[in-house]
Formats: sequence, structure tokens, C-alpha cells
Amino acid sequence: MLSTKNLNKTFGSLVVAQDIALELPQGVRYALIGPNGAGKTTLINLLTGMLRPDSGQIFLGGSEITSLKPEARVRHGLARTFQINALFPQLSALESVTLAVLERERHAHNWWRRLASFTPAIDEAYAILASLRLGNVAHRATRELAYGQQRLLEIALALATRPRVLLLDEPAAGVPKDESAELFAVIAGLSRELTVLFIEHDMDVVFRFASRIIVMVGGRILVEGTPDEVGRDARVREVYLGKAGHARAA
Amino acid sequence: MITAASDFFQRQARVRPLEIAFWLATLLPFVVAPAYLSLASQIAITALFALSLDLILGYTGIVSLGHAAYFGCGAYAAGLLARHYTAEPLIGLVAAAIAAGLLGYATSHIIVRFRHLALIMLTLGLGLLVHEAANSASALTGGTDGLQGVKMAALFGFKFDLYGRTAYAYSLAVLFLVFLVARRVIHSPFGLALRGIRENALRMPAIGAPSLAHLRKVYTIAAVMAGVAGALLTQTTSTVSLEVLSFGRSADVLVILILGGAGRLYGGIVGAIIYMVARDQVSGMNPQYWYFWIGLLLVAVVMFLPNGILGGLSALHKKSQ
Repeated sequence: MLSTKNLNKTFGSLVVAQDIALELPQGVRYALIGPNGAGKTTLINLLTGMLRPDSGQIFLGGSEITSLKPEARVRHGLARTFQINALFPQLSALESVTLAVLERERHAHNWWRRLASFTPAIDEAYAILASLRLGNVAHRATRELAYGQQRLLEIALALATRPRVLLLDEPAAGVPKDESAELFAVIAGLSRELTVLFIEHDMDVVFRFASRIIVMVGGRILVEGTPDEVGRDARVREVYLGKAGHARAA
Repeated sequence: MITAASDFFQRQARVRPLEIAFWLATLLPFVVAPAYLSLASQIAITALFALSLDLILGYTGIVSLGHAAYFGCGAYAAGLLARHYTAEPLIGLVAAAIAAGLLGYATSHIIVRFRHLALIMLTLGLGLLVHEAANSASALTGGTDGLQGVKMAALFGFKFDLYGRTAYAYSLAVLFLVFLVARRVIHSPFGLALRGIRENALRMPAIGAPSLAHLRKVYTIAAVMAGVAGALLTQTTSTVSLEVLSFGRSADVLVILILGGAGRLYGGIVGAIIYMVARDQVSGMNPQYWYFWIGLLLVAVVMFLPNGILGGLSALHKKSQ
């Protein structure tokens, strides 16, 4: 569904992506792991067009998207969330998600019809919020939502674009451990047609929710494989100083 | 069918009784203060100008220090048209709207690519550019002398007289119509997109939004409105002075909007009323100290009422409930 060929990116002398070749089939739950500074967020920025690669190609569903702008990639079905909440503080949750639906349906340029008359879009936005257990706070201003609810709203905004591939940059960042399990239960419950790639540091979560794991180190992909394969890999154990092995035992 | 979810948007766009009362009250000057109709007309024009700035500043988050460029463009367009072609006020209004809209659309391509300090400096720079361009094109614009004696034809049989009856009726009617358009824009999907840009411009591409196209559009709409306000000034005062393009005018309208409260449609109107009435009263007593009092008011409002006078009132109203 999403694939890359020889993706390269450097910031000055710092290599942040080197020869990245990915192949994410439909419906697979990928975890992207690696130590800090491995280039995980950079990879998401490259995939979504927030950064331009120095060389290489990106394909989505068979067509090349390397030169498309971020908003055009979203329209092709590539959505992301952010590690630090990037929301619309004074808009309500419903307004935010409705906006995303309207943009998808290309109604957001309409400056003459009443917003209230776009009931299908508003109902769909409400349904997305309800499916993420945000129905009862749909009318609250985003800045008044609890932190964990804001993390869910991040996902709701991405889902409203009706993605084929969803990239989640540390979806549970800053969420207490017990709540993070709940959050990943929501992610696990997403449609099986959706390809999901998430960055996560908690190895318990990674081994529980990922069907495949990509390990990045120093801008390169070190290993790609099933949780079993990755857990057994000696190079991965070395990078994680035995953390991965410990997580598997737990 | 109205569902529970869309009810919220319905309520937001509803006309409140206070709004109807407000617009009825704008007719009072005809009866209560017939000697001040010229001032009332100036207030309506300034309110329209501030409303136009509110669309880009209050709703979209574009801070401009050069909004007078579009006001002045409309003022000169209306003046030149009346001098050389037709004295018909409504045609002048349309011509001014088109001229300011074209200037707005052309400049929007540069403006929307920048944010923060760079944006403020750009708008300031463009404002100064247009001002000096008009100054040096004195054969056309009259330079520092401006255009004098712009004669207007009667409007629906009503002449523009010294008492300002026609002037105020005309300015008020145009303000009201443009206000209805602005209100419509605010409560449309596009209006929601504008608030999205204001709240988090960087997030917009990630929900698939063509932010730059939205920004160009709202900037052009605001320029058209500013141009209409400029044309009204020309037509109701029969002159165009170079001051319509001045930095002072750009700064004044910003102050007016901040005083009244940005991002709430009525902020510019309330700000214009307070500012213009205060200037009329204070400068009568003590002309050279006028800006002292405005400075004091501005400092007080920004410190204690960050959402302007209207924002303060609405917070007070919420507390009392």
C-alpha cells in the first residue's frame, strides 16, 4: 500500500535517512521502533511530505507521491498524527473533526452555504468521535479536553480524512500507562483495511499490538520482521541492551 | 432533518435579539442626533473597514499593518471614476470593489506565504509602497493635494447634502449589507476553515486542507470590503486625500478592532463607535493630546480585556448567568 525506494535525507552532515526501502501491505499493523534520534519521526515527515527527501521515491497504492504536497498526500489517503498534540485549541472537538470531513469532501471552500446544513459531514464527524469514546465531549473546546482525550482527537482528525494508511507518531506520548493500553485498544480496533504504522517506545505495547516491527538505527532500517524475528535478532538486542528480550519475557 | 450534532452549528448562526436591537439602534442618529449624521456616516465607514480587517485578523489570524492599501485603492477608484466617467454612486462602489479586489488578490500571493513578524513587515511594506506610488503618480491622484470636488449624482433621487442624511443612510445600508455577507461567510464551511487556520495553520495540511488557497480567498474578500469602505468615504465626503492610504489609517483600524474585540464581527463596529465618538469629543477640547487618551485606553484594554471590550462584556454576561 505504502512503499519507498532508496529514500535519503541529510541535515548538513547528519544523516537522518539512508537508503530507506519500505513495503507496507494493506491492513498490517507496523511498529516503528529505535533509539532516540534514529530518524523515526523524520521518516514520517518524509512519508507525509512535511520534509522533502534528498533522493528516492515514495509510492502510495501504486502511484508515486514523492513530489506531492502534504495536503495532496492526505487526499490520496495518507494521514498522520503528531507526537505533541497539534490541535485547534479554541475549536470544539466536533468542529475540528467536521472541518477535516469537509476538507475531504471539498466543501470547505464553500463560503455561502450554512455550515449547519452540511448534516452528513457533521453526523459523520460525530460518529467518528463517538467511536473513539469522545461523543460526550464533542462540544467541548479542545483546550478543555483531558490530555488523553486530546490524543484520541488527534486520531479522530486523521480518521476523518478517510485514510488508507495511518501513521501515528507516538500516539500514547505523555499518557499514563494504564490509559495507554486503552488508547492502543482503540487503535487495534480500527478497520482491518487500514494500514497502520505507529512509533512507540513501550516494548510491551509494541509486542502486543504490532503484527510486524521495523527497527531503525542512525537513519537506517536495521531489521524488519515479525515480533518473534525481531525479538530474537542479536543486533536488535545489542541496540536495546537487552530491553527487547526483557519485554518478550514479560 | 436537523440532527442533534448539527443543532450546535444551527445555534451558533442564530440571529440574537440583541443583534436586532443593535441594528435598530443604528437608526437613532436620524432622530436623536441629526447634527451628527456626518460623524455617524464616518463611523459606519470606519466600522466597515474594521469589519474587513476582522475577517483576516480576528478569524484567520493574519495581522496586517497595511490594510489601508485596499481602503485607499477603493477610495481612489471611486474618486477617479466619478471624475472621469460617471457620478453614479453604485457603479463607483462596484468599480472600487473590483479594483481593491484585484489588488488584494495580486498581493495575497505574497502575503499568505508568510507568518508572524515577516507577515507584519510585509503588509507594512506593501502599504507604504502603495502610499508612495499614489503620491508620485500625482497626475492621476493629485499627489499630496488629493482629489478635490468629487461630485456624486443623487442616490435613488436623494442628493448628498451638507447634513449628511443621505450619506449616513447610504453608508449604514452598505455596512449592513456587507455585514450580512461577512456573517454568512463566518458561519459557512469556509468560515470554519478560516478558524482552523487561525488556531493551527501548521496542522491544516495534515487534514488535507489547501490553506494557501483559503488564505488567498479570504484576503481578497477582505480587500473587496475595505475597498467598498474607501469608496463610501470618497462618495460621502466628495474628496480623496492621500491620507486614505497612510500608515496612520492602517494603524487606527487595527487599534479600533483590538479595542472592540477581534474575531466577533461586532468588535470592529463597537470599536469604531467608541474610537470615533471619543476622538470627536476629546479632540474638540484638546486636539494635540488625542493619541494620549487612545494610548491609555489601548493599554488598559489589552492588559485587562485581552478579547477587547466586547470580549469583556460577553465574559461578564456569562459570569452573571
